[in-house]
Amino acid sequence: MAPRPPLHLAVALDGAGWHPAAWRAPDARPRDLFTAGYWRDLVTEAERGLLDLVTIEDGLALQSADPFRPDDRTDAVRGRLDAVLVAARVAPLTRHVGLVPTVVATHTEPFHVSKAIATLDHVSLGRAGVRVRISARPDEAALFGRRAVPPLDPRGPLAPDQEQLVADLLDEAGDHVEVQRRLWDSWEDDAEIRDAATGRFIDRDRLHYIDFIGRRFSVKGPSITPRPPQGQPVVAVLAHTEPVVRLGARVADVVLVTPRDAADAARLVALVRREQEAAGRGGETVHVLADVAVLLDASPAAARDRREHLDELAGDLVPAGYTGDDAHLVTGTAAELADLLLEWQDAGVSGFRLRPATLPHDLEAVTRALVPLLQDRGAFRQGYATSTLRGHLGLARPANRYATA
Amino acid sequence: MTRPRKQIHLAAHFPGVNNTTVWSDPRSGSHIDFASFVHLARTAERAKFDFFFLAEGLRLREYNGRIHDLDVVGRPDTFTVLAALAAVTDRLGLAGTINSTFNEPFEVARQFATLDHLSAGRAAWNVVTSWDAFTGENFRRGGFLPQDQRYERAETFLRTATELFDSWRGDEIAADADAGVFLRDPAAGAFRHEDAHFAVRGRFSVPRSPQGRPVILQAGDSDGGREFAASSADAIFTGHNTLEAGRAFHADVKRRLARYGRARDDLKVLPAATFVLGDTDAEAEELAREVTLAQHSGPTALRFLEQVWNRDLSGYDPDGPLPDVDPVDGENTVVQGRASVRLFRDRLATAREWRARAEGEGLSIRQLVVALSGGQTFVGSPATVADRIDALVQADAADGFILVPHLTPGGLDPFADRVVPLLQERGVFRADYTGTTLREHLDLPPLPAPGGGRTGGRSGDVAASRA
Repeated sequence: MAPRPPLHLAVALDGAGWHPAAWRAPDARPRDLFTAGYWRDLVTEAERGLLDLVTIEDGLALQSADPFRPDDRTDAVRGRLDAVLVAARVAPLTRHVGLVPTVVATHTEPFHVSKAIATLDHVSLGRAGVRVRISARPDEAALFGRRAVPPLDPRGPLAPDQEQLVADLLDEAGDHVEVQRRLWDSWEDDAEIRDAATGRFIDRDRLHYIDFIGRRFSVKGPSITPRPPQGQPVVAVLAHTEPVVRLGARVADVVLVTPRDAADAARLVALVRREQEAAGRGGETVHVLADVAVLLDASPAAARDRREHLDELAGDLVPAGYTGDDAHLVTGTAAELADLLLEWQDAGVSGFRLRPATLPHDLEAVTRALVPLLQDRGAFRQGYATSTLRGHLGLARPANRYATA
Repeated sequence: MTRPRKQIHLAAHFPGVNNTTVWSDPRSGSHIDFASFVHLARTAERAKFDFFFLAEGLRLREYNGRIHDLDVVGRPDTFTVLAALAAVTDRLGLAGTINSTFNEPFEVARQFATLDHLSAGRAAWNVVTSWDAFTGENFRRGGFLPQDQRYERAETFLRTATELFDSWRGDEIAADADAGVFLRDPAAGAFRHEDAHFAVRGRFSVPRSPQGRPVILQAGDSDGGREFAASSADAIFTGHNTLEAGRAFHADVKRRLARYGRARDDLKVLPAATFVLGDTDAEAEELAREVTLAQHSGPTALRFLEQVWNRDLSGYDPDGPLPDVDPVDGENTVVQGRASVRLFRDRLATAREWRARAEGEGLSIRQLVVALSGGQTFVGSPATVADRIDALVQADAADGFILVPHLTPGGLDPFADRVVPLLQERGVFRADYTGTTLREHLDLPPLPAPGGGRTGGRSGDVAASRA
């Protein structure tokens, strides 16, 4: 049997953790959520665990119990910082771990986002990525006041006009990524020449207009920011439905999926591969990472007790008890989780994005218990072999689409 | 009775994408590598400067339809680099220029409130407005404004953003785990704003930041710009750095404050200034001549003239006489993406004036441009420069200066090492930071927090705003 390829591991950071009552856990720091120190501690812990990357959640609206409509609850975390800036703030304090903030494509300027992620790549010396999402909420559209979006709950069956709306938003997100990527390439690597003899700082023939024309925006370029160290920072998309998988397979380097079990993981990987093929990217590496929510303790009983206690604190925030939201939830030991990860890896995923139920508890369970177990089984790195996020993910630095030489 | 000596405020401008920056100098480093930003910011912090400043430009400049290649080209994203600098500095203010035309208030407010949290109260916003469709080609709405609406746009944008900053009072977060109460107020962050430019409503997602809002900088010199500064800004960035022009400007903007119920010290006047130091005044003069010449190469001089001529002048000899043809009147189509072209309102008259001067003084194109540049603001030995800065501030020609080094990233080092100690000895510049927020460094009064209390200023209680 061929040796097992090493797993790719990410942790998804969001507020006090993914359980709605996480902020009430004994080791939670709910008063520190808006300080740099809180995020520094989490990200340096992830780096201590040799993880490929952390993602930082973000959204336009204030958090709500139902992710598709606002509420006025006061018993859970409300308020958050801009994820790109959090990533930038921790970048100089870390050296290896990838930094992947969430960015909403729907109302934002691709030009601004592109240079922000390029700059995150510059300040982190090649560790930037971006997870792109859409916004399909009328209350979020009202924050900008530029266009109306009808109410929609993608969990139920969609009417044809709603399906069209989602399709349009996904197309726009695809255009957004396309513009980001073209702008990253709009400077060739050697465009800065500093030629004293001719007085030219740049060779303008190595700068390129991107001339993107789309339905929602047109962007001329070039970027104001030179090409980032990775060439192309890593783009990720979280997909629950086929249209979003299609988008991810078309534009992303990492597609995050939410399988229920190993068979579902295999099905989703096949779907990504099929769509990748259809998008003409059959030869490219597109990682499929499975999202798994984790609530970990030294014994299965301790984990179960902790979950019950958190559910009790959460009350009607989780009417039927916490299930990991859209992701599969593992309540148990790090060894049990390791077994599941290796089983799903055999089903075809290249790694996982783990969602800690509470912070820092479940993050430390990942970095201090899960990681050593995986290392013992030869399934995870013993140390960082590269210093860029593309490097960790085994992605080569891509050639510039505009370079002629 | 003599009044106490005024305290000087100093800021460091990261060298920009114009010909002030002498990139051809062998000591000139990267304008993009984060290490360059760290170097300048740490030098400024070591010298106890008030803040670090970044300018903005959202489209690469063009001359004759081609990207301008003679100056430094390229810069990072302002918010991202300032957030990263917050990690490598402790006290230094972090000021970014952010455009009110190609952004939305919700996003800008969110980014500045975040930066203020992540820097524990050190954020500042230089509010600018563009009206050119040229830059608009990089953005969704491609939007441009009639030029006369630019301050209206800036004011209403700032007012809207301020409503967002103020949508959290600062005492909403209980985070009481035992009681299960995270928020004290179920409507925290609620806002609604409608005017001719913006119609926005909802809940702002960033709790009140340590300073309440970023320090507001403004850089307009027109009547509208001065009025905007008097009504809304904490500091004004100007080009008037000589004694007479500075005093006139200083008196003018300070006089406008009363109309808005503001005190004389509520708005700081901070002219931009360059400097060249030497061991002796004579050595500094010689170095300054070299720097000024390096800043105005022949091709750069021709590009400068094109701002007025509105023609491609690349066929002319920069060491020869001024162009014999007249400028093309109307919208400048040759030079794109430079705010400075608007300084030349009557191009034909300007050309006549320059030709007369060049002929009268026997100047070539390049020599004229060097003469027009005015050279460097502060030239001399450290003692001479310290004297000059102090004299200008004590004479109310300024409240301090935004220094623009001509070298990246080490250009500020000699100033920090040799001039700042002299100012400190005179007791006109802080020997160490006495506060933690930028409002405190600038000696600005604390902001009234919505719903009572004060945040983040001279006697503000930072902790109270951080719940």
